Amino acid sequence: MVGRQWTELTGGRVTERAVKLGGVSRVLLIEDDPAVREGLELALTRHGYRVRAVESGEQGLDWLRTDLPDVVVLDLMLPGMDGFEVCRRIRSAWEVPIIMLTARGDDMDVVAGLEAGADDYVVKPAQPRVLEARMRAVLRRTGREQAELERHGDLTIDRAGLVVANRGVPVSLAPTELRLLLELSGTPGRVHSRQQLLESVWEHGYFGDSRLVDACVQRLRAKIEDDSAAPVYVQTVRGFGYRFGPV
Amino acid sequence: MTPRPSLGLRARLLFAFALLCVVTAAAVSGGIYVQARNAILQRTQDGAVQAMKSRLEALYPLRSATPGPDELGDIAAAVPDQNNVEFAVASYGEIHSPVAPPGHLRLGGKVLALELGVISPKLRLVVAGGQIAWQRVVLQGTPWLIIGAPLLIAEPDRTARVSGIEVYAARSLLAEQRSIDDLAARAWLTGGAALAFAVVLALLATRGVLRPVRELGRAARLLGEGELRTRIEVRGSDELADVARTFNNTAAELERYVKQLREMEADARRFVADVSHELRTPLAALTAVADVLDEEAARLPEPAGRAAKLVSQETLNLTGLVNDLIEISRFDSGVAALTLNEVDVAELVRATLRVRGWSELVQTELPPAVTARLDPRRVDVILANLVGNALRHGEPPVSVRLSADPHWIALEVRDHGQGLDEAVLPHVFDRFYKANAARARSEGSGLGLAIAQENARLHQGGLTVTNAPDGGAMFTLRLPRRAPDPDGGPE
Repeated sequence: MVGRQWTELTGGRVTERAVKLGGVSRVLLIEDDPAVREGLELALTRHGYRVRAVESGEQGLDWLRTDLPDVVVLDLMLPGMDGFEVCRRIRSAWEVPIIMLTARGDDMDVVAGLEAGADDYVVKPAQPRVLEARMRAVLRRTGREQAELERHGDLTIDRAGLVVANRGVPVSLAPTELRLLLELSGTPGRVHSRQQLLESVWEHGYFGDSRLVDACVQRLRAKIEDDSAAPVYVQTVRGFGYRFGPV
Repeated sequence: MTPRPSLGLRARLLFAFALLCVVTAAAVSGGIYVQARNAILQRTQDGAVQAMKSRLEALYPLRSATPGPDELGDIAAAVPDQNNVEFAVASYGEIHSPVAPPGHLRLGGKVLALELGVISPKLRLVVAGGQIAWQRVVLQGTPWLIIGAPLLIAEPDRTARVSGIEVYAARSLLAEQRSIDDLAARAWLTGGAALAFAVVLALLATRGVLRPVRELGRAARLLGEGELRTRIEVRGSDELADVARTFNNTAAELERYVKQLREMEADARRFVADVSHELRTPLAALTAVADVLDEEAARLPEPAGRAAKLVSQETLNLTGLVNDLIEISRFDSGVAALTLNEVDVAELVRATLRVRGWSELVQTELPPAVTARLDPRRVDVILANLVGNALRHGEPPVSVRLSADPHWIALEVRDHGQGLDEAVLPHVFDRFYKANAARARSEGSGLGLAIAQENARLHQGGLTVTNAPDGGAMFTLRLPRRAPDPDGGPE
């Protein structure tokens, strides 16, 4: 294995981007094909990320334990432990955002990956600028201007500290789940269409994959609702989208 | 449902059998009836005439050549007997033995008057000529045999002379009539029974013939509907069994060929899908670094810089082609699925144009508040392809027009160029079809319109093309407002 060092690239352009992001973001890339791995590493490094590239899920989990990155880019087709299992294990221990790389045309993979806890996905062969845009979106933090604690029934949301608690017990939310909850709870009672949520939470365009929203809502409900089948906080408005409350 | 083919044949067979039976029965029964009737009547007549002759012979010698009414009465009274003649009357010129008053013939009784009026002049003429004659008449519904006989006087020179005395006897034919009626009834009965028997036989025969025919028809229909495993049970060794055997052989051959063709087609499609998937991994690596090359190209010395540009550009084109191939092979293998969402169609069209920077280039006519349940990403793919083509190949203005009825929406994309060649129109949705071989490259993969049409079909809609009457190609996308949902949808 190559030494456990974050690949760093110095240069004017890179520094500019890194400053824009508010510090250099560290990416853990788990991809078994050496050419793809090297290509993505090259491209992301040029875009100002510090990339740690590994070839298997086991190695990736090792690295996560050693040094938690800001974002994980995970290929679903891996030898040994498959991408879904890696995704589940990461999600069970950490809240780091996960972007999966899926093969075009494998719709079931997308659904299964989202259910395993991935925040977003990119179809291979992917242009690095598309992957980079997705990463920027999951890395962006929501505004922290509101300092006070919000209460919605048994749920408390601390927008400054980004802490969500149900009946006083902190709930561990993945970044996208948290952003979705903050977006919805910011305007209780208002209906958000899937397209709106894709634009505001995932920063996808109008034609993003609405399954991202549906899968994330399912995961969020599993964590904050007493009964996922009869949700109180995140409610479905048939034919339109989702609404927070009324509690 | 096609009309039942057996009906006409069955009716025809039944009719032929029945006709044959009726003709035969009529001929046989009719012949026998006529002969029997004639025989009965002949025997009766002969008997009566013979009896009358012998009675009359017993009267000789006559007491007077010019008898009075009394003598005539005696003569008349001598003629009737128990079996043959019931009543007789004798006449001589204008004189005759007593008759019953006119209109008082008592039927069925032993006493019966013979009225001279019922004897036809013709019969009288023959009798007056010295011959015995008879005639059948119907009096008040009852058949009678009337026999007339002249009394002759033997001359000394051995010749006979007409005495002028005539005897007429009546004999009822009621019993004979009954016998004949009985005969006719029996003939009818036999004919009817034979007809019924023939119909039953015909039914059995037609069933025997028509069942295999009907089975053959049903099997042929199933075969036509694509049920290639249809076979017929072969019974016996007649001509119909031969037909069934031929049918089975043909069906088996057909099945084999179709299977072979399908396998070849599936192999070809699988090959394309496999190749596309195999290309994906190296392409993923290429795509990842294409941007790097592109950005660095400006700093590289020539010709490396231009080479880098070319590699990066062609990598993108190749990626597009492989993506399109994978997409089309997903349609072919039937795994493409809709992700349906309730969307505002006008908003969707505007988003498609906005995302690609076409908003200023395209005229739109988008009525508000038209919503439909669609897969927005797939509709975007269709629209982007149509509008992109119109902008590239057609003349401005390019327009998008939305219209809707309660069940369908229609999107018309048209330009104002020269339109498409009539020979090209039927092929624009073919894969890799190039209208102009000279500009084959740089217009996308050649799969764009094929994918657009597959996407429309996936919605159970349609995509068609015509040339607008005032010039320009016009593509019409029709989509149901409620596309069929494969799994109940996300809501």
